[in-house]
Amino acid sequence: MSTGSVEVVYRGIFQKTLAKNICRGIVFAAKNEGKIGIAFGRYSDSPERNGIPAKQFAVVADTEEEMEEHLSRYEPDNNDVTIAADDTLCKGVESWAWYGLQPINKLLTEGGTLLVASTRSADKLIGEIHRKGKPYNLATVKGTASFSGLWVYKDDHTDVRLLGALAKVAPHLVSLDSIVATISDPLKVTSAKKAYDLVESVSVNTDQGNDEVPFEFEMPGWTKMEEGLVIRGMAGQQEVPGRDGGYVPTRNPTFKKFSTRTMRPVVNFDTCTQCKICWLQCPDSCFDITPDGFYDANMEACCGCGVCEAVCPVSQCITMVNEEAFTDNAGQWEMWTKDKESYSGWLSEKISQPPARTHGFHHLGQYAEEIANDPS
Amino acid sequence: MTPPKTATAKKVDIATARAPRAGSEELISGSEAVAHAVRLADVDVITAYPIRPYDTVMQYVSQLIANGEFDCEYIVAESEHSQFEIVKHASAVGARVFCGSSGVGWLYAFEALAVTAGLRLPMVAMVGNRALDDPGAFGVEHNDALAVRDLGWMLAWVATAQEALDTALIAYRVAEDKRVFLPCAISCDGAFLTHSQSIVNVPTQDMVNSFLPPYDRAEKQLHPDNPITIAPQANEDWVMEIRRQSDMAARRARDVIIEAYDDFNAQFGRGGEPFIERYMMEDAEVALVGMGTLAMPVKVAVRKMRERGKKVGFVRVRWFRPFPTIELQDALSGVQAVGVIDRDYSFGASFFGGVLANELRCALYPMANRPAIVSFIAGLGGREVSTDNVIDITSKVLDAANGGDIDDQDTHWIGVRE
Repeated sequence: MSTGSVEVVYRGIFQKTLAKNICRGIVFAAKNEGKIGIAFGRYSDSPERNGIPAKQFAVVADTEEEMEEHLSRYEPDNNDVTIAADDTLCKGVESWAWYGLQPINKLLTEGGTLLVASTRSADKLIGEIHRKGKPYNLATVKGTASFSGLWVYKDDHTDVRLLGALAKVAPHLVSLDSIVATISDPLKVTSAKKAYDLVESVSVNTDQGNDEVPFEFEMPGWTKMEEGLVIRGMAGQQEVPGRDGGYVPTRNPTFKKFSTRTMRPVVNFDTCTQCKICWLQCPDSCFDITPDGFYDANMEACCGCGVCEAVCPVSQCITMVNEEAFTDNAGQWEMWTKDKESYSGWLSEKISQPPARTHGFHHLGQYAEEIANDPS
Repeated sequence: MTPPKTATAKKVDIATARAPRAGSEELISGSEAVAHAVRLADVDVITAYPIRPYDTVMQYVSQLIANGEFDCEYIVAESEHSQFEIVKHASAVGARVFCGSSGVGWLYAFEALAVTAGLRLPMVAMVGNRALDDPGAFGVEHNDALAVRDLGWMLAWVATAQEALDTALIAYRVAEDKRVFLPCAISCDGAFLTHSQSIVNVPTQDMVNSFLPPYDRAEKQLHPDNPITIAPQANEDWVMEIRRQSDMAARRARDVIIEAYDDFNAQFGRGGEPFIERYMMEDAEVALVGMGTLAMPVKVAVRKMRERGKKVGFVRVRWFRPFPTIELQDALSGVQAVGVIDRDYSFGASFFGGVLANELRCALYPMANRPAIVSFIAGLGGREVSTDNVIDITSKVLDAANGGDIDDQDTHWIGVRE
């Protein structure tokens, strides 16, 4: 008699079908073993929004009573496996019913496995993942982030590869045979078996990982909240910290939203003409105005939507770069002001990698183009 | 049972408090009376969309404006939904607003109605009670206004044109009180009140000014000098706290209503008891309970029954939200049986009763010696409730009081063709 659960953390809308497919696979595989399975979604914002961290859970139980006991909780908090469908989620997520930044391994049980689809090594990922008070395992399936869209699904076998790997890291939940029995395409069966064989797992101790304390906040009670759904504007502007002048708008300290980001803009201040268009068009007002009149994208506020890159009239002044290339939210203008030469080198290195993710499909035929250009 | 800690009102008999005061005596309908109240309250923004019988009030308001007697923003919207949305937003920027509708028009505005209460915007509206459109039916039924009873709307029912005018002024004072900030709807029975004229004392502007302070939204006013957001998205993490705040506002409304009636009685020499009207209840052994204009045939029937030596009284519910639990317990504590006449329905409800019957049964349940409650449905779709109907009802209630075989666990339909 036992129950088990898998948390699939994914990026809405790009990976919604992928997450659904993984959970469906788990439920059907459990059924093949005579167990009961159920899948359900949890999300902080609409899972149809670009890049928003969202979740699907799959629960497997031997009996109806065990299943009910498991489901009577708001959200499973002791998952056998957490699957991060995109490795940039390892930096933490602003999740449903969690107020602040939730570490990706937060809901993982002791000794459980965090399974990540990534081209990067376990060592590099551990550096991003917040420390957990208990030991767990980190398993990786080699692969680029599988992003598609609302109306299209890129069937690149990521779903079955993660399912195959799952059977390896958590055989007590579902076996490879029962996973394979749910897949009809022989080529996808091969992919699942290959991932089962190739998945790499390392154990992570309590002293390994990112030691940053993720931000959190307390929510006020009804006697403290202002009545009538009134939210006060936050007064005043601030100067750039440690500088004379500039303008940093006061921002909401509790809902930051940067965990939505899969790419971030980098700015070439040497070619910037200070035209302000990025500052005007940014839907999240993420640009700080520097004392010398530049526009510095604040990484605590940037959702990575890419509008600034699209509207910038100067060629290669703003470039969207894979989020995985960064380990912190440090300001770029500060870096540039301190040492222009080394910033230039840093910038060239960052923009040399082609984008691995998309921001949705903006024109007819774009999906076909991306598939044709996809090196994987 | 320990009585809840709250203020209780002075008992005033409406009939005896009718000394003529300053102001003018006018022969006007219930709708005209509300239009005068709106003028006297110096309302800033009014939106209109025609539907019988509410449309009479918009006609009278526009007449007042055309005659130069009243100045306000008067907007004829393209639907009830827009009509209520416009005043909802105007209220947020600090404008005193008035709106109204009837029947399914009121329901077409439902989304705006729900949010107006949730956002704590003190709109005052007039509902010309109307049946919920069995195509074209425009006679009175109370289900339209009752549809918002759970949302934070305060609901008053009036029986005369004078009461309509007075209650509209009281409604502004209560709704706009900072302790409350909830919208209020004044229900006027279609035709019987909206289209019936009687002599009404229309007070002077000075009298109204000393009773009704200006609407002051203070720190909640949406204004460039006061940068706030109203109504951001609220999910499971905030909604329950927001509901709890509305719950407390609805509780506080009770004391604010009592204060307003005390002041109104002092200022105008009329107004009566807040929440309920008691008619021949001092020594009553059985009581009838109802809302709105059916008070008239009921009072006639009560007098006739008294002539026959039956100790019958009547309690008219003037405020349905907040529900006058304490007053009704007090008024009905001495009687053996109560007959509730609903001009509404709640199909499939407990004992198949109407909304008022079930609410009252619930209010009296904790009483040690609660009376038997017999529920009646009458006057639907504007059908006449005759004196004979009420005498029939009273006989059934007397039967229940005397342990007769009347079924008090069923609801009796009065005046329906078999």
